[in-house]
Amino acid sequence: MKKIIRGKVFKYGDDVNTDVIFPGKYTYTVKDPKEMAKYALENLDPDFAQKVERGDVIVAGKNFGCGSSREQAATCLVSAGVGAIVAISFSRIFYRNTINQGLPAIVLPELVRVVQGGEKIEIDLDAHRITLRDSNFDFPPFPQFVMGILRDGGLLPHIRRRYV
Amino acid sequence: MSQTFAQKALAKKVGRKEVTPGEILTLSPDRVLSHDNSADISEKFSSLGAEKVWDREKIVIVLDHCVPAADSRYATNHTIIRDFVKSQGITNFYDINWGICHQVFSEEGFALPGSLILGADSHTTTYGAFGAFSAGIGRSEMAGIWATGQIWLRVPESIRINIEGSFPPGVYSKDVILYIIGDLRADGALYQSVEFAGEAVRKMGISERMVLCNMAAEMGAKNGVVESDDKTENWLKGKAKGGYEPIYADPDARYARVLSYNISDLNPQVACPHTVDNVRSVEEVEGKSLNQVLIGTCTNGRIDDLQIATRILRGKRVADETRLLVFPASWKIYKEALKRGVIEVLVESGALIMNPGCGPCLGAHEGALAPGEVCLSTANRNFRGRMGCKEAEVYLASPATAAASAVEGRITDPRRFRPQNLTEKSN
Ligand code: SF4
Repeated sequence: MKKIIRGKVFKYGDDVNTDVIFPGKYTYTVKDPKEMAKYALENLDPDFAQKVERGDVIVAGKNFGCGSSREQAATCLVSAGVGAIVAISFSRIFYRNTINQGLPAIVLPELVRVVQGGEKIEIDLDAHRITLRDSNFDFPPFPQFVMGILRDGGLLPHIRRRYV
Repeated sequence: MSQTFAQKALAKKVGRKEVTPGEILTLSPDRVLSHDNSADISEKFSSLGAEKVWDREKIVIVLDHCVPAADSRYATNHTIIRDFVKSQGITNFYDINWGICHQVFSEEGFALPGSLILGADSHTTTYGAFGAFSAGIGRSEMAGIWATGQIWLRVPESIRINIEGSFPPGVYSKDVILYIIGDLRADGALYQSVEFAGEAVRKMGISERMVLCNMAAEMGAKNGVVESDDKTENWLKGKAKGGYEPIYADPDARYARVLSYNISDLNPQVACPHTVDNVRSVEEVEGKSLNQVLIGTCTNGRIDDLQIATRILRGKRVADETRLLVFPASWKIYKEALKRGVIEVLVESGALIMNPGCGPCLGAHEGALAPGEVCLSTANRNFRGRMGCKEAEVYLASPATAAASAVEGRITDPRRFRPQNLTEKSN
Protein backbone atom coordinates (compact mmCIF):
# COMPACT_ATOMS: atom_id res chain seq x y z
CA MET A 1 0.00 0.00 0.00
CA LYS A 2 1.29 3.43 -0.91
CA LYS A 3 1.11 5.95 1.89
CA ILE A 4 0.37 8.87 -0.42
CA ILE A 5 -2.41 8.31 -2.91
CA ARG A 6 -2.70 10.74 -5.82
CA GLY A 7 -5.26 10.75 -8.59
CA LYS A 8 -8.53 12.14 -9.83
CA VAL A 9 -11.97 11.71 -8.38
CA PHE A 10 -14.81 9.53 -9.66
CA LYS A 11 -18.00 10.64 -7.96
CA TYR A 12 -21.04 8.40 -7.41
CA GLY A 13 -24.23 8.54 -5.35
CA ASP A 14 -25.79 6.58 -2.48
CA ASP A 15 -26.22 2.82 -2.10
CA VAL A 16 -23.78 1.75 -4.81
CA ASN A 17 -24.27 -2.01 -4.49
CA THR A 18 -22.01 -4.94 -5.24
CA ASP A 19 -24.15 -6.09 -8.17
CA VAL A 20 -23.30 -2.90 -10.03
CA ILE A 21 -19.67 -2.95 -8.90
CA PHE A 22 -19.03 -6.55 -9.88
CA PRO A 23 -22.07 -8.40 -11.37
CA GLY A 24 -23.02 -11.78 -9.87
CA LYS A 25 -22.79 -13.49 -13.24
CA TYR A 26 -18.98 -13.19 -13.11
CA THR A 27 -18.45 -14.20 -9.50
CA TYR A 28 -17.56 -17.85 -10.09
CA THR A 29 -16.05 -17.66 -13.51
CA VAL A 30 -13.76 -14.64 -13.57
CA LYS A 31 -10.86 -15.39 -11.28
CA ASP A 32 -7.95 -13.36 -12.58
CA PRO A 33 -7.89 -9.95 -10.85
CA LYS A 34 -6.68 -8.34 -14.09
CA GLU A 35 -9.74 -9.61 -15.87
CA MET A 36 -11.94 -8.56 -12.92
CA ALA A 37 -10.74 -4.99 -13.47
CA LYS A 38 -12.44 -4.97 -16.88
CA TYR A 39 -15.86 -5.41 -15.26
CA ALA A 40 -15.38 -2.92 -12.42
CA LEU A 41 -18.55 -0.82 -12.01
CA GLU A 42 -19.90 -2.31 -15.22
CA ASN A 43 -23.55 -1.83 -14.27
CA LEU A 44 -23.11 1.71 -12.96
CA ASP A 45 -20.50 3.40 -15.14
CA PRO A 46 -19.67 1.24 -18.16
CA ASP A 47 -16.71 3.47 -19.15
CA PHE A 48 -15.10 3.35 -15.73
CA ALA A 49 -12.67 0.53 -16.52
CA GLN A 50 -11.40 2.46 -19.56
CA LYS A 51 -11.06 5.81 -17.81
CA VAL A 52 -9.63 4.88 -14.42
CA GLU A 53 -5.93 5.35 -13.75
CA ARG A 54 -3.74 4.10 -10.97
CA GLY A 55 -4.25 6.18 -7.83
CA ASP A 56 -7.70 7.46 -8.73
CA VAL A 57 -10.17 7.79 -5.89
CA ILE A 58 -13.87 6.91 -5.76
CA VAL A 59 -15.98 9.35 -3.76
CA ALA A 60 -19.53 8.25 -3.03
CA GLY A 61 -22.58 8.75 -0.83
CA LYS A 62 -23.92 6.53 1.87
CA ASN A 63 -23.87 2.73 2.17
CA PHE A 64 -21.23 2.16 -0.51
CA GLY A 65 -20.81 -1.54 -1.33
CA CYS A 66 -24.15 -2.75 0.02
CA GLY A 67 -25.44 -6.15 -1.01
CA SER A 68 -23.52 -9.34 -1.58
CA SER A 69 -20.45 -10.36 0.41
CA ARG A 70 -18.51 -10.88 -2.81
CA GLU A 71 -14.95 -9.81 -2.20
CA GLN A 72 -14.35 -9.29 -5.91
CA ALA A 73 -16.25 -6.02 -5.59
CA ALA A 74 -13.18 -4.79 -3.70
CA THR A 75 -10.63 -6.82 -5.67
CA CYS A 76 -11.80 -5.50 -9.05
CA LEU A 77 -11.43 -1.90 -7.85
CA VAL A 78 -7.91 -2.51 -6.49
CA SER A 79 -6.98 -4.26 -9.67
CA ALA A 80 -8.41 -1.41 -11.78
CA GLY A 81 -6.04 0.92 -9.93
CA VAL A 82 -8.37 2.60 -7.44
CA GLY A 83 -6.22 4.00 -4.63
CA ALA A 84 -8.90 4.65 -2.03
CA ILE A 85 -12.64 5.09 -1.57
CA VAL A 86 -14.13 7.97 0.39
CA ALA A 87 -17.82 7.77 1.30
CA ILE A 88 -20.44 8.99 3.74
CA SER A 89 -20.73 5.40 4.96
CA PHE A 90 -19.85 1.88 3.84
CA SER A 91 -21.73 -1.37 3.96
CA ARG A 92 -20.22 -3.57 6.63
CA ILE A 93 -18.96 -6.60 4.70
CA PHE A 94 -17.70 -4.46 1.84
CA TYR A 95 -15.79 -2.33 4.33
CA ARG A 96 -14.12 -5.43 5.72
CA ASN A 97 -13.36 -6.63 2.20
CA THR A 98 -11.66 -3.38 1.21
CA ILE A 99 -9.42 -3.46 4.26
CA ASN A 100 -8.70 -7.13 3.59
CA GLN A 101 -7.72 -6.25 0.03
CA GLY A 102 -5.45 -3.45 1.23
CA LEU A 103 -7.75 -0.73 -0.13
CA PRO A 104 -8.30 2.18 2.27
CA ALA A 105 -12.00 2.97 2.78
CA ILE A 106 -12.41 6.37 4.40
CA VAL A 107 -15.56 7.72 6.01
CA LEU A 108 -15.61 11.48 5.49
CA PRO A 109 -19.01 13.07 4.78
CA GLU A 110 -17.56 16.63 4.74
CA LEU A 111 -15.42 15.80 1.73
CA VAL A 112 -18.19 13.97 -0.11
CA ARG A 113 -20.36 17.08 0.11
CA VAL A 114 -17.87 19.33 -1.68
CA VAL A 115 -16.55 16.96 -4.31
CA GLN A 116 -17.89 17.31 -7.85
CA GLY A 117 -15.95 14.63 -9.65
CA GLY A 118 -12.95 14.89 -11.94
CA GLU A 119 -10.82 17.04 -9.63
CA LYS A 120 -7.37 16.11 -8.36
CA ILE A 121 -7.11 14.57 -4.93
CA GLU A 122 -4.30 13.54 -2.63
CA ILE A 123 -4.60 11.28 0.42
CA ASP A 124 -1.89 10.96 3.06
CA LEU A 125 -2.75 7.89 5.11
CA ASP A 126 -0.15 8.42 7.82
CA ALA A 127 -1.21 12.00 8.40
CA HIS A 128 -4.86 10.94 7.82
CA ARG A 129 -5.36 13.98 5.66
CA ILE A 130 -6.98 14.54 2.27
CA THR A 131 -6.09 17.49 0.06
CA LEU A 132 -8.61 18.69 -2.51
CA ARG A 133 -8.34 21.99 -4.39
CA ASP A 134 -5.92 23.38 -1.75
CA SER A 135 -8.26 22.54 1.13
CA ASN A 136 -7.33 19.96 3.71
CA PHE A 137 -9.71 17.48 5.27
CA ASP A 138 -8.74 15.33 8.24
CA PHE A 139 -10.21 11.92 8.82
CA PRO A 140 -10.06 9.75 11.94
CA PRO A 141 -7.06 7.42 11.87
CA PHE A 142 -7.69 3.73 11.23
CA PRO A 143 -7.41 1.51 14.32
CA GLN A 144 -3.85 0.20 14.70
CA PHE A 145 -5.04 -3.28 13.90
CA VAL A 146 -6.62 -2.22 10.60
CA MET A 147 -3.61 -0.08 9.68
CA GLY A 148 -1.47 -3.20 10.15
CA ILE A 149 -3.54 -5.07 7.58
CA LEU A 150 -3.49 -2.12 5.16
CA ARG A 151 0.27 -1.73 5.52
CA ASP A 152 0.82 -5.38 4.70
CA GLY A 153 -1.27 -4.96 1.56
CA GLY A 154 -4.31 -6.91 2.76
CA LEU A 155 -5.36 -9.69 5.09
CA LEU A 156 -3.74 -12.62 3.30
CA PRO A 157 -0.25 -11.08 3.17
CA HIS A 158 -0.85 -9.94 6.76
CA ILE A 159 -1.62 -13.47 7.94
CA ARG A 160 1.25 -14.87 5.89
CA ARG A 161 3.59 -12.53 7.74
CA ARG A 162 2.26 -13.03 11.21
CA TYR A 163 0.41 -16.21 11.83
CA VAL A 164 1.06 -19.13 9.54
CA MET B 1 -23.67 -3.69 33.23
CA SER B 2 -26.75 -4.79 31.32
CA GLN B 3 -25.98 -6.12 27.90
CA THR B 4 -27.58 -6.73 24.53
CA PHE B 5 -27.69 -10.09 22.82
CA ALA B 6 -24.69 -9.18 20.64
CA GLN B 7 -22.60 -8.09 23.62
CA LYS B 8 -23.34 -11.27 25.54
CA ALA B 9 -22.81 -13.57 22.56
CA LEU B 10 -19.42 -12.05 21.74
CA ALA B 11 -18.31 -11.70 25.36
CA LYS B 12 -18.92 -15.41 25.83
CA LYS B 13 -16.62 -16.17 22.91
CA VAL B 14 -13.73 -14.30 24.45
CA GLY B 15 -14.40 -15.63 27.94
CA ARG B 16 -15.40 -12.30 29.40
CA LYS B 17 -18.43 -11.13 31.36
CA GLU B 18 -18.97 -8.06 29.27
CA VAL B 19 -17.81 -6.23 26.18
CA THR B 20 -18.57 -2.73 24.93
CA PRO B 21 -19.89 -1.69 21.50
CA GLY B 22 -17.01 -0.46 19.34
CA GLU B 23 -14.47 -2.83 20.87
CA ILE B 24 -12.55 -5.00 18.42
CA LEU B 25 -12.24 -8.63 19.49
CA THR B 26 -10.27 -11.52 18.10
CA LEU B 27 -12.28 -14.70 18.39
CA SER B 28 -12.95 -18.13 17.01
CA PRO B 29 -16.36 -19.04 15.49
CA ASP B 30 -18.31 -22.20 16.37
CA ARG B 31 -19.11 -22.98 12.75
CA VAL B 32 -18.28 -21.45 9.41
CA LEU B 33 -20.17 -21.75 6.15
CA SER B 34 -19.18 -21.31 2.54
CA HIS B 35 -20.66 -22.40 -0.78
CA ASP B 36 -19.50 -22.39 -4.40
CA ASN B 37 -17.04 -19.70 -3.35
CA SER B 38 -15.15 -22.41 -1.44
CA ALA B 39 -13.01 -23.01 -4.55
CA ASP B 40 -11.63 -19.49 -4.38
CA ILE B 41 -11.36 -19.66 -0.60
CA SER B 42 -9.40 -22.91 -0.86
CA GLU B 43 -6.97 -21.24 -3.27
CA LYS B 44 -6.54 -18.30 -0.90
CA PHE B 45 -6.09 -20.78 1.95
CA SER B 46 -3.32 -22.56 0.06
CA SER B 47 -1.66 -19.26 -0.80
CA LEU B 48 -1.21 -18.73 2.94
CA GLY B 49 1.09 -21.72 3.04
CA ALA B 50 -1.34 -23.49 5.36
CA GLU B 51 -1.68 -27.23 4.90
CA LYS B 52 -4.46 -28.44 7.17
CA VAL B 53 -7.61 -26.54 8.07
CA TRP B 54 -7.87 -25.49 11.71
CA ASP B 55 -10.86 -27.69 12.48
CA ARG B 56 -12.43 -29.88 9.81
CA GLU B 57 -15.60 -30.42 11.87
CA LYS B 58 -16.40 -26.75 12.11
CA ILE B 59 -16.34 -26.10 8.40
CA VAL B 60 -19.61 -26.57 6.53
CA ILE B 61 -19.63 -26.39 2.74
CA VAL B 62 -22.78 -26.51 0.62
CA LEU B 63 -22.84 -26.32 -3.19
CA ASP B 64 -25.87 -24.27 -4.22
CA HIS B 65 -25.12 -21.14 -6.21
CA CYS B 66 -24.85 -22.76 -9.62
CA VAL B 67 -26.10 -26.32 -9.39
CA PRO B 68 -25.92 -28.39 -11.45
CA ALA B 69 -23.04 -26.57 -13.15
CA ALA B 70 -24.13 -24.26 -15.97
CA ASP B 71 -20.94 -24.78 -17.98
CA SER B 72 -17.49 -26.29 -17.66
CA ARG B 73 -16.09 -23.32 -15.72
CA TYR B 74 -18.66 -23.81 -12.97
CA ALA B 75 -18.11 -27.57 -13.15
CA THR B 76 -14.36 -27.07 -12.65
CA ASN B 77 -15.14 -24.85 -9.70
CA HIS B 78 -17.14 -27.66 -8.11
CA THR B 79 -14.36 -30.15 -8.82
CA ILE B 80 -11.82 -27.98 -7.02
CA ILE B 81 -14.11 -27.93 -3.99
CA ARG B 82 -14.73 -31.69 -3.97
CA ASP B 83 -10.98 -32.34 -4.17
CA PHE B 84 -10.27 -29.91 -1.36
CA VAL B 85 -12.99 -31.42 0.83
CA LYS B 86 -11.55 -34.88 0.29
CA SER B 87 -7.95 -33.91 0.90
CA GLN B 88 -8.86 -32.04 4.10
CA GLY B 89 -11.25 -34.69 5.39
CA ILE B 90 -14.09 -32.16 5.72
CA THR B 91 -17.13 -34.22 6.70
CA ASN B 92 -19.83 -31.55 6.63
CA PHE B 93 -19.89 -31.28 2.88
CA TYR B 94 -23.17 -31.09 0.95
CA ASP B 95 -22.88 -31.59 -2.77
CA ILE B 96 -25.27 -30.28 -5.43
CA ASN B 97 -28.14 -32.51 -4.32
CA TRP B 98 -28.97 -30.84 -1.01
CA GLY B 99 -30.23 -27.31 -1.55
CA ILE B 100 -29.51 -23.69 -0.64
CA CYS B 101 -26.71 -23.31 1.91
CA HIS B 102 -28.76 -21.41 4.51
CA GLN B 103 -31.58 -23.92 4.37
CA VAL B 104 -29.30 -26.96 4.49
CA PHE B 105 -27.19 -25.48 7.29
CA SER B 106 -30.38 -24.97 9.33
CA GLU B 107 -32.00 -28.31 8.49
CA GLU B 108 -28.84 -30.18 9.38
CA GLY B 109 -28.89 -28.63 12.84
CA PHE B 110 -25.79 -26.42 12.65
CA ALA B 111 -27.69 -23.23 13.50
CA LEU B 112 -27.78 -23.35 17.28
CA PRO B 113 -28.93 -20.84 19.90
CA GLY B 114 -26.08 -18.86 21.44
CA SER B 115 -23.49 -20.00 18.90
CA LEU B 116 -21.25 -17.81 16.76
CA ILE B 117 -21.62 -18.57 13.07
CA LEU B 118 -19.76 -16.82 10.28
CA GLY B 119 -20.42 -17.41 6.61
CA ALA B 120 -18.86 -16.24 3.37
CA ASP B 121 -22.31 -15.10 2.29
CA SER B 122 -24.18 -11.96 3.17
CA HIS B 123 -27.37 -13.79 4.16
CA THR B 124 -25.61 -15.73 6.91
CA THR B 125 -27.71 -13.46 9.13
CA THR B 126 -30.48 -16.08 8.63
CA TYR B 127 -29.39 -18.19 11.64
CA GLY B 128 -30.38 -15.43 14.00
CA ALA B 129 -33.80 -17.08 13.66
CA PHE B 130 -32.41 -19.79 15.94
CA GLY B 131 -30.94 -17.37 18.45
CA ALA B 132 -27.43 -17.57 17.00
CA PHE B 133 -25.08 -14.65 16.43
CA SER B 134 -24.43 -15.06 12.73
CA ALA B 135 -22.84 -12.68 10.28
CA GLY B 136 -21.43 -12.60 6.77
CA ILE B 137 -17.74 -12.16 6.00
CA GLY B 138 -15.56 -12.08 2.88
CA ARG B 139 -13.54 -14.79 1.17
CA SER B 140 -10.07 -13.78 2.37
CA GLU B 141 -11.33 -13.68 5.93
CA MET B 142 -12.79 -17.14 5.52
CA ALA B 143 -9.45 -18.40 4.21
CA GLY B 144 -7.87 -16.79 7.27
CA ILE B 145 -10.29 -18.62 9.58
CA TRP B 146 -9.72 -21.93 7.82
CA ALA B 147 -6.00 -21.44 8.43
CA THR B 148 -5.89 -19.89 11.89
CA GLY B 149 -9.36 -20.40 13.39
CA GLN B 150 -9.49 -16.70 14.18
CA ILE B 151 -11.01 -13.45 13.00
CA TRP B 152 -11.51 -9.91 14.22
CA LEU B 153 -15.01 -8.60 14.90
CA ARG B 154 -16.20 -5.27 16.16
CA VAL B 155 -18.82 -5.41 18.90
CA PRO B 156 -21.88 -3.80 17.27
CA GLU B 157 -24.39 -1.39 18.72
CA SER B 158 -27.87 -2.90 18.77
CA ILE B 159 -31.34 -1.92 17.59
CA ARG B 160 -34.41 -3.49 19.15
CA ILE B 161 -37.40 -3.84 16.84
CA ASN B 162 -40.64 -4.73 18.56
CA ILE B 163 -43.27 -6.11 16.21
CA GLU B 164 -46.73 -6.13 17.75
CA GLY B 165 -50.23 -6.95 16.61
CA SER B 166 -51.51 -9.85 14.56
CA PHE B 167 -51.21 -10.69 10.90
CA PRO B 168 -54.12 -9.59 8.70
CA PRO B 169 -55.11 -12.14 6.01
CA GLY B 170 -52.74 -12.16 3.05
CA VAL B 171 -49.92 -10.53 5.01
CA TYR B 172 -46.81 -12.47 5.97
CA SER B 173 -43.44 -12.00 7.60
CA LYS B 174 -42.00 -11.07 4.19
CA ASP B 175 -44.39 -8.10 4.05
CA VAL B 176 -43.39 -7.09 7.57
CA ILE B 177 -39.67 -7.09 6.87
CA LEU B 178 -40.10 -5.32 3.52
CA TYR B 179 -42.12 -2.65 5.27
CA ILE B 180 -39.44 -2.22 7.95
CA ILE B 181 -36.64 -2.03 5.37
CA GLY B 182 -38.64 0.54 3.42
CA ASP B 183 -38.97 2.53 6.61
CA LEU B 184 -35.39 2.23 7.88
CA ARG B 185 -33.80 2.18 4.40
CA ALA B 186 -30.89 0.11 3.12
CA ASP B 187 -28.45 1.59 5.62
CA GLY B 188 -30.89 1.87 8.52
CA ALA B 189 -29.09 -0.69 10.65
CA LEU B 190 -25.57 -0.31 9.27
CA TYR B 191 -22.98 -2.23 11.35
CA GLN B 192 -25.66 -2.89 13.96
CA SER B 193 -27.15 -5.96 15.56
CA VAL B 194 -30.94 -6.12 15.15
CA GLU B 195 -33.01 -7.86 17.80
CA PHE B 196 -36.50 -8.73 16.57
CA ALA B 197 -38.94 -9.02 19.45
CA GLY B 198 -42.60 -8.55 20.32
CA GLU B 199 -45.81 -10.48 20.25
CA ALA B 200 -45.96 -11.00 16.49
CA VAL B 201 -42.42 -12.42 16.40
CA ARG B 202 -43.18 -14.83 19.23
CA LYS B 203 -46.18 -16.07 17.24
CA MET B 204 -44.09 -16.63 14.12
CA GLY B 205 -42.84 -20.08 13.25
CA ILE B 206 -39.15 -20.72 12.59
CA SER B 207 -39.55 -20.36 8.84
CA GLU B 208 -41.07 -16.89 9.23
CA ARG B 209 -38.37 -15.83 11.68
CA MET B 210 -35.82 -16.93 9.09
CA VAL B 211 -37.36 -14.45 6.65
CA LEU B 212 -36.83 -11.59 9.13
CA CYS B 213 -33.23 -12.46 9.93
CA ASN B 214 -32.35 -13.30 6.32
CA MET B 215 -33.45 -9.84 5.21
CA ALA B 216 -31.87 -8.00 8.13
CA ALA B 217 -28.85 -7.96 5.80
CA GLU B 218 -30.82 -5.66 3.47
CA MET B 219 -30.91 -2.86 6.03
CA GLY B 220 -27.17 -3.15 6.53
CA ALA B 221 -27.30 -5.12 9.77
CA LYS B 222 -24.34 -7.15 10.94
CA ASN B 223 -26.74 -9.75 12.30
CA GLY B 224 -30.41 -10.15 13.06
CA VAL B 225 -31.69 -12.25 15.91
CA VAL B 226 -34.87 -13.65 17.44
CA GLU B 227 -34.58 -15.00 20.98
CA SER B 228 -34.86 -18.76 21.05
CA ASP B 229 -37.93 -20.26 22.73
CA ASP B 230 -39.81 -23.55 22.84
CA LYS B 231 -40.50 -23.31 19.10
CA THR B 232 -36.76 -23.26 18.53
CA GLU B 233 -36.30 -26.17 20.92
CA ASN B 234 -38.95 -28.21 19.14
CA TRP B 235 -37.51 -27.44 15.76
CA LEU B 236 -34.04 -28.50 16.82
CA LYS B 237 -35.13 -31.76 18.44
CA GLY B 238 -33.40 -34.62 16.68
CA LYS B 239 -31.55 -32.15 14.43
CA ALA B 240 -29.16 -30.19 16.66
CA LYS B 241 -25.51 -31.00 15.99
CA GLY B 242 -24.22 -30.89 19.54
CA GLY B 243 -25.28 -29.06 22.67
CA TYR B 244 -26.07 -25.39 22.95
CA GLU B 245 -26.71 -22.67 25.45
CA PRO B 246 -29.24 -19.95 24.57
CA ILE B 247 -28.33 -16.30 25.17
CA TYR B 248 -30.87 -13.60 25.99
CA ALA B 249 -30.46 -9.85 26.06
CA ASP B 250 -30.79 -8.29 29.50
CA PRO B 251 -34.19 -6.60 29.91
CA ASP B 252 -32.55 -3.23 30.57
CA ALA B 253 -29.84 -3.50 27.91
CA ARG B 254 -28.87 -0.29 26.11
CA TYR B 255 -29.95 0.09 22.52
CA ALA B 256 -28.95 2.64 19.90
CA ARG B 257 -32.64 2.68 18.95
CA VAL B 258 -35.82 0.95 20.01
CA LEU B 259 -38.53 0.81 17.37
CA SER B 260 -42.07 -0.48 17.41
CA TYR B 261 -44.29 -1.57 14.58
CA ASN B 262 -47.88 -2.71 14.75
CA ILE B 263 -48.74 -4.97 11.85
CA SER B 264 -52.48 -5.32 12.39
CA ASP B 265 -53.25 -2.89 9.54
CA LEU B 266 -50.35 -3.78 7.27
CA ASN B 267 -50.98 -4.35 3.55
CA PRO B 268 -48.97 -6.72 1.37
CA GLN B 269 -45.72 -4.98 0.41
CA VAL B 270 -43.63 -4.92 -2.77
CA ALA B 271 -40.01 -3.78 -3.19
CA CYS B 272 -39.68 -2.03 -6.55
CA PRO B 273 -36.64 -1.82 -8.83
CA HIS B 274 -33.76 -1.38 -8.21
CA THR B 275 -33.32 -1.26 -4.45
CA VAL B 276 -34.76 -3.35 -1.66
CA ASP B 277 -35.76 -0.26 0.30
CA ASN B 278 -37.92 1.08 -2.54
CA VAL B 279 -41.00 -0.42 -0.92
CA ARG B 280 -44.67 0.25 -1.79
CA SER B 281 -47.98 -1.11 -0.74
CA VAL B 282 -49.17 -3.67 -3.30
CA GLU B 283 -52.10 -1.45 -4.40
CA GLU B 284 -49.67 1.16 -5.65
CA VAL B 285 -47.99 -1.21 -8.10
CA GLU B 286 -50.88 -3.52 -9.03
CA GLY B 287 -51.24 -4.09 -12.75
CA LYS B 288 -47.56 -4.10 -13.67
CA SER B 289 -47.16 -6.83 -16.33
CA LEU B 290 -44.81 -9.69 -15.51
CA ASN B 291 -42.77 -11.95 -17.76
CA GLN B 292 -41.58 -14.16 -14.94
CA VAL B 293 -42.46 -15.02 -11.36
CA LEU B 294 -39.97 -16.76 -9.10
CA ILE B 295 -40.95 -18.59 -5.93
CA GLY B 296 -37.98 -19.87 -3.99
CA THR B 297 -34.57 -18.73 -2.62
CA CYS B 298 -33.25 -18.79 0.94
CA THR B 299 -35.82 -16.14 1.83
CA ASN B 300 -39.06 -17.82 0.78
CA GLY B 301 -38.58 -21.30 -0.64
CA ARG B 302 -39.74 -23.35 2.32
CA ILE B 303 -42.68 -25.71 2.64
CA ASP B 304 -44.97 -23.10 4.19
CA ASP B 305 -44.16 -20.73 1.33
CA LEU B 306 -44.97 -23.37 -1.28
CA GLN B 307 -48.19 -24.22 0.53
CA ILE B 308 -49.28 -20.61 0.61
CA ALA B 309 -48.69 -20.48 -3.13
CA THR B 310 -50.74 -23.62 -3.75
CA ARG B 311 -53.70 -22.23 -1.85
CA ILE B 312 -53.89 -19.55 -4.52
CA LEU B 313 -52.84 -21.66 -7.50
CA ARG B 314 -55.04 -24.71 -6.89
CA GLY B 315 -57.35 -25.20 -9.85
CA LYS B 316 -55.97 -22.11 -11.60
CA ARG B 317 -53.54 -21.57 -14.46
CA VAL B 318 -50.48 -19.37 -14.63
CA ALA B 319 -51.17 -16.57 -17.16
CA ASP B 320 -50.15 -17.38 -20.75
CA GLU B 321 -47.62 -14.59 -21.07
CA THR B 322 -45.96 -15.34 -17.74
CA ARG B 323 -43.50 -18.03 -16.62
CA LEU B 324 -43.69 -19.31 -13.06
CA LEU B 325 -40.49 -20.89 -11.74
CA VAL B 326 -40.53 -22.68 -8.39
CA PHE B 327 -37.31 -23.61 -6.59
CA PRO B 328 -37.86 -25.48 -3.33
CA ALA B 329 -35.06 -24.33 -1.00
CA SER B 330 -33.83 -27.86 -0.31
CA TRP B 331 -34.39 -31.46 -1.31
CA LYS B 332 -35.97 -32.14 2.06
CA ILE B 333 -38.53 -29.47 1.26
CA TYR B 334 -38.98 -30.86 -2.25
CA LYS B 335 -39.72 -34.31 -0.82
CA GLU B 336 -42.10 -32.88 1.75
CA ALA B 337 -43.86 -30.94 -1.00
CA LEU B 338 -44.24 -34.14 -3.03
CA LYS B 339 -45.70 -35.91 -0.03
CA ARG B 340 -48.19 -33.14 0.67
CA GLY B 341 -49.34 -32.91 -2.93
CA VAL B 342 -47.94 -29.41 -3.29
CA ILE B 343 -45.83 -30.23 -6.32
CA GLU B 344 -48.81 -31.67 -8.15
CA VAL B 345 -50.88 -28.52 -7.67
CA LEU B 346 -48.00 -26.38 -8.86
CA VAL B 347 -47.34 -28.51 -11.94
CA GLU B 348 -51.05 -28.56 -12.81
CA SER B 349 -51.09 -24.77 -12.67
CA GLY B 350 -48.32 -24.61 -15.25
CA ALA B 351 -45.39 -23.87 -12.93
CA LEU B 352 -41.92 -25.14 -13.75
CA ILE B 353 -40.50 -27.05 -10.79
CA MET B 354 -36.75 -26.57 -10.71
CA ASN B 355 -34.07 -28.32 -8.69
CA PRO B 356 -33.32 -26.91 -5.23
CA GLY B 357 -30.57 -24.29 -5.27
CA CYS B 358 -30.16 -20.56 -5.70
CA GLY B 359 -31.45 -20.74 -9.27
CA PRO B 360 -31.74 -17.35 -10.98
CA CYS B 361 -31.52 -15.41 -7.70
CA LEU B 362 -28.02 -14.09 -8.43
CA GLY B 363 -28.21 -14.21 -12.21
CA ALA B 364 -25.52 -16.83 -12.71
CA HIS B 365 -27.75 -19.54 -13.97
CA GLU B 366 -31.04 -20.88 -15.29
CA GLY B 367 -34.06 -18.61 -15.41
CA ALA B 368 -32.16 -15.44 -16.28
CA LEU B 369 -34.05 -12.41 -17.65
CA ALA B 370 -33.86 -10.69 -21.04
CA PRO B 371 -33.54 -6.92 -21.53
CA GLY B 372 -36.85 -5.20 -20.84
CA GLU B 373 -38.31 -8.15 -18.95
CA VAL B 374 -39.99 -7.82 -15.58
CA CYS B 375 -39.85 -10.41 -12.82
CA LEU B 376 -41.55 -10.65 -9.45
CA SER B 377 -39.51 -12.75 -7.06
CA THR B 378 -39.73 -13.95 -3.48
CA ALA B 379 -35.97 -13.36 -3.09
CA ASN B 380 -34.25 -10.77 -0.94
CA ARG B 381 -32.51 -8.59 -3.52
CA ASN B 382 -33.53 -6.69 -6.65
CA PHE B 383 -30.44 -4.69 -7.57
CA ARG B 384 -29.89 -3.75 -11.18
CA GLY B 385 -28.41 -6.75 -12.96
CA ARG B 386 -29.19 -9.08 -10.08
CA MET B 387 -30.99 -11.64 -12.20
CA GLY B 388 -28.41 -11.59 -14.95
CA CYS B 389 -29.55 -8.60 -16.97
CA LYS B 390 -29.14 -4.94 -16.11
CA GLU B 391 -31.96 -3.87 -18.42
CA ALA B 392 -34.45 -6.10 -16.58
CA GLU B 393 -36.60 -5.17 -13.57
CA VAL B 394 -37.03 -7.22 -10.42
CA TYR B 395 -39.82 -6.73 -7.86
CA LEU B 396 -39.79 -8.52 -4.49
CA ALA B 397 -42.81 -9.79 -2.57
CA SER B 398 -44.26 -12.64 -0.52
CA PRO B 399 -45.09 -16.08 -1.97
CA ALA B 400 -48.81 -15.19 -1.78
CA THR B 401 -48.33 -12.03 -3.83
CA ALA B 402 -46.10 -13.99 -6.20
CA ALA B 403 -48.69 -16.74 -6.73
CA ALA B 404 -51.57 -14.29 -7.21
CA SER B 405 -49.45 -12.29 -9.66
CA ALA B 406 -48.51 -15.42 -11.62
CA VAL B 407 -52.19 -16.23 -12.16
CA GLU B 408 -52.99 -12.71 -13.36
CA GLY B 409 -49.74 -12.17 -15.27
CA ARG B 410 -49.35 -8.85 -13.49
CA ILE B 411 -48.66 -7.65 -9.97
CA THR B 412 -51.77 -8.55 -7.99
CA ASP B 413 -52.95 -8.13 -4.41
CA PRO B 414 -53.19 -11.67 -3.01
CA ARG B 415 -56.24 -10.61 -0.99
CA ARG B 416 -58.22 -10.73 -4.24
CA PHE B 417 -57.92 -14.49 -3.92
CA ARG B 418 -59.12 -16.46 -0.95
CA PRO B 419 -57.42 -14.65 1.90
CA GLN B 420 -55.50 -16.96 4.18
CA ASN B 421 -54.45 -16.25 7.66
CA LEU B 422 -50.95 -17.02 8.80
CA THR B 423 -52.26 -19.16 11.63
CA GLU B 424 -53.10 -21.84 9.07
CA LYS B 425 -49.42 -22.20 8.36
CA SER B 426 -47.47 -25.22 9.47
CA ASN B 427 -43.75 -25.15 9.99
S1 SF4 C 1 -30.87 -17.97 -2.75
FE1 SF4 C 1 -30.07 -16.01 -3.46
S2 SF4 C 1 -29.77 -14.78 -1.62
FE2 SF4 C 1 -30.01 -16.92 -0.97
S3 SF4 C 1 -27.92 -17.74 -0.81
FE3 SF4 C 1 -28.68 -18.19 -2.88
S4 SF4 C 1 -27.98 -16.45 -4.15
FE4 SF4 C 1 -27.83 -15.81 -2.00
